[in-house]
Amino acid sequence: MSPDLLKLIFGRLGLESLPLHEPIVVGTFVVVALGGATLLAGLTYFRLWGYLWREWFTTVDHKRIGIMYMILGIVMLLRGFADALMMRGQQMLAFGGSEGYLNAHHYDQVFTAHGVIMIFFVAMPLVTGLMNYVVPLQIGARDVSFPFLNNFSFWMTVGGAVLVMASLFIGEFARTGWLAYPPLSNIGYSPDVGVDYYIWALQVAGVGTTLSGINLICTIVKLRCPGMTMMKMPVFTWTSLCTNILIVASFPVLTVVLALLSLDRYVGTNFFTNDFGGSPMMYVNLIWIWGHPEVYILVLPAFGIFSEVTSTFSGKRLFGYTSMVYATVVITILSYLVWLHHFFTMGSGASVNSFFGITTMIISIPTGAKMFNWLFTMYRGRIRYELPMMWTIAFMLTFVLGGMTGVLLAVPPADFVLHNSLFLIAHFHNVIIGGVVFGAFAGINYWFPKAFGFKLDVFWGKLSFWFWVVGFYVAFMPLYVLGLMGVTRRLRVFDDPSLQIWFVIAAIGAFLVFLGILSMLMQFAVSLLKREQLKDVTGDPWDARTLEWATSSPPPDYNFAFTPVVHDNDAWWDMKKRGYQRPLTGFRPIHMPSSTGTGVILAGLATAMGFGLIWYIWWLAAASFLAMLAVGIGHTFNYHRDFDIPAEDVIRTEDARTKLLAGAK
Amino acid sequence: MTVAVNPTQTGEPLFYLADEHPHPEGYSTSLGFWIYLMSDCLIFAMLFAAFGVLGANYAAGPAPKDLFDLDLVAVNTSMLLLSSITYGFAMLTMQQNKIGQTQMWLAITGLFGAAFIGIELTEFAHMIHEGATPQRSAFLSAFFTLVGTHGLHVTCGLIWLVTLMVQVGKFGLIEANRRRLMCLSMFWHFLDVVWIGVFTFVYLLGVLR
Repeated sequence: MSPDLLKLIFGRLGLESLPLHEPIVVGTFVVVALGGATLLAGLTYFRLWGYLWREWFTTVDHKRIGIMYMILGIVMLLRGFADALMMRGQQMLAFGGSEGYLNAHHYDQVFTAHGVIMIFFVAMPLVTGLMNYVVPLQIGARDVSFPFLNNFSFWMTVGGAVLVMASLFIGEFARTGWLAYPPLSNIGYSPDVGVDYYIWALQVAGVGTTLSGINLICTIVKLRCPGMTMMKMPVFTWTSLCTNILIVASFPVLTVVLALLSLDRYVGTNFFTNDFGGSPMMYVNLIWIWGHPEVYILVLPAFGIFSEVTSTFSGKRLFGYTSMVYATVVITILSYLVWLHHFFTMGSGASVNSFFGITTMIISIPTGAKMFNWLFTMYRGRIRYELPMMWTIAFMLTFVLGGMTGVLLAVPPADFVLHNSLFLIAHFHNVIIGGVVFGAFAGINYWFPKAFGFKLDVFWGKLSFWFWVVGFYVAFMPLYVLGLMGVTRRLRVFDDPSLQIWFVIAAIGAFLVFLGILSMLMQFAVSLLKREQLKDVTGDPWDARTLEWATSSPPPDYNFAFTPVVHDNDAWWDMKKRGYQRPLTGFRPIHMPSSTGTGVILAGLATAMGFGLIWYIWWLAAASFLAMLAVGIGHTFNYHRDFDIPAEDVIRTEDARTKLLAGAK
Repeated sequence: MTVAVNPTQTGEPLFYLADEHPHPEGYSTSLGFWIYLMSDCLIFAMLFAAFGVLGANYAAGPAPKDLFDLDLVAVNTSMLLLSSITYGFAMLTMQQNKIGQTQMWLAITGLFGAAFIGIELTEFAHMIHEGATPQRSAFLSAFFTLVGTHGLHVTCGLIWLVTLMVQVGKFGLIEANRRRLMCLSMFWHFLDVVWIGVFTFVYLLGVLR
């Protein structure tokens, strides 16, 4: 075939795009391919495809979508953590003239992919998954406001993850750092596909995130059950509301800044170029106007989880509910007023830097208020040290430390010294691992019995907890030291041999965290095997306080047979105290949304379009775009999107639960 | 809808509703669409901000004074403003359940919208022909992106409009279609408001600069 024709069909994709010369990547590919093939063969052998498609992929049930988000987050955690181990290994070895085992081309991709994956495809899915699962249950709703949109959002997130994973084996990923600053990310310095993978992965996933933000805001505002006024909402619902407001108010900024970068790269415009009047610093400003709210998007739901857990396992009403809500709202607002602290060194002058330094320090006030609220909730409480509570205590200690180094970095003169150093790396891992990751684990251990009807195994859970917590400190305290000694981030080789010991310690810490992750996987496996012993039939294994524990575990498709009525902040606690009797008769048909495959198809087409744009396969991009338009418009011609669960089905489900409950007594 | 949540007359607290009360179809749609519009508004806000930062960086290339033909832009603006009025008429006739007239006003709205896009494309073609391409300077990059994004939105609105006309023709002014027309109405007026910003900040102030 002629080269022109090949180019027309395959764009710039060719055999040389496959990283066959990188033995590590080839090895990874072989393992992934074997694992994937085994999985696919297993699914086919056990004839699970139809089941998966009908019951999971096309579902609009917020609970199943939530679970799928969690699975996505955990799978991507393995990938992102593999990158972390590679970096720790490289930095441990590359001393005394050694080049380590990763070349610069590969190493730069690893640290970029690590950041992108951990934020967008681990933390975001875990947080979104928990909100998706829990919020409708906590507010006594049957589903979210827009169930189809929810399914579509999830698959768009998967589409973004697929593109990032594809970059490992087809072509390469960005070598720019996780925020892809120009001019480095512009076409002149990054002419290959790496940055394009970055852009389209985030754009595809970003659409999903924005839409799920709109969806959850509407759900919380419109679908609360009778009696649940705003100030009677559980704190997790409050933090979810604020997080989703932040999502809707910040992700469009990311969309725009990435769109402008792609115009620079594809069309040759001059937004972020060095010449023709472009301004690279505008990119840095814009992306942090999204990026700073993003960290609060991640941590606010974690705060909500800790609030639920603290109050449940202290056996007390949450201390200072009102101040907790106001603190959350204040953080939401302040998160927009601090973005410039990410680049004090830009040189915007003392006044501007002072303003952003002070606003940054002010954020520690509402956060501190939350910390005291949790402490006072525990004070004179009857604390049960179950796994969720253990993660919460670890969070409180770790997060305070991370918060204090944050305040330190908020002082502009100090930041001039510490900017881009390993001190900063230690700081943000300190708050993101200590806050978001510990929060997600507390949430997983807390709500797992709700989702599956049995508790998680305690032994492996504790093992995982101790490996994680100890591993975290061993891995990141050395980075604080190194940062204070002036070591900057993203370095591949080192000259000064006296630094090596710290990197060796950090690598040991990373290995401990690795054991923590393995223990967690073991915890899931062992719990599945021991599910009969760990079974909970009451639906309320922790003697908890909020509405999601009022229904069975796992909840029926319709969540609640009758719409609950709420009189108190801790609605379920109030019901238990006042002798609530579960209704046994009078069930009626329940109106529910139907499943649809449109979300999967649309997201698949969007991913194909992204792939076409990355590789300049224009026909593929155009065809996928037109197909998306056609499928999207076609979907609007379907006016019958819901059905009624017949009363008999409701009666059967509820009777089964009645029997189960009777057996438990 | 308010539901009594106070204890029942017997003094027993009420913990659930015995009657199923499904939310009416499209219960959250207006709110959801408003929030979507606000997120879209942010997209424009960012593009305006980019234009504000880069709008005077001509890189020794053409400036607004050399490029903008205010008469043409005035005609263009009137097309879009008129289309908003005619969409208003479409909504009024929809309230009166007159399918034929609703369709007619929607069609007229579509024609005005198409005229707007046509004039905009002519303007773009003319500028590019003169060498004022999006690649020429940061000012022109920001100009084409801001105005072009608005034009792209209007184009999407036109596709949506045609789809809705087909659906109204096929299924009549049923509740779902009324709701959709209402959403498109908000979208259309929103684009009008954005255009007023473009007209003022990009064209009028640009020529004064």
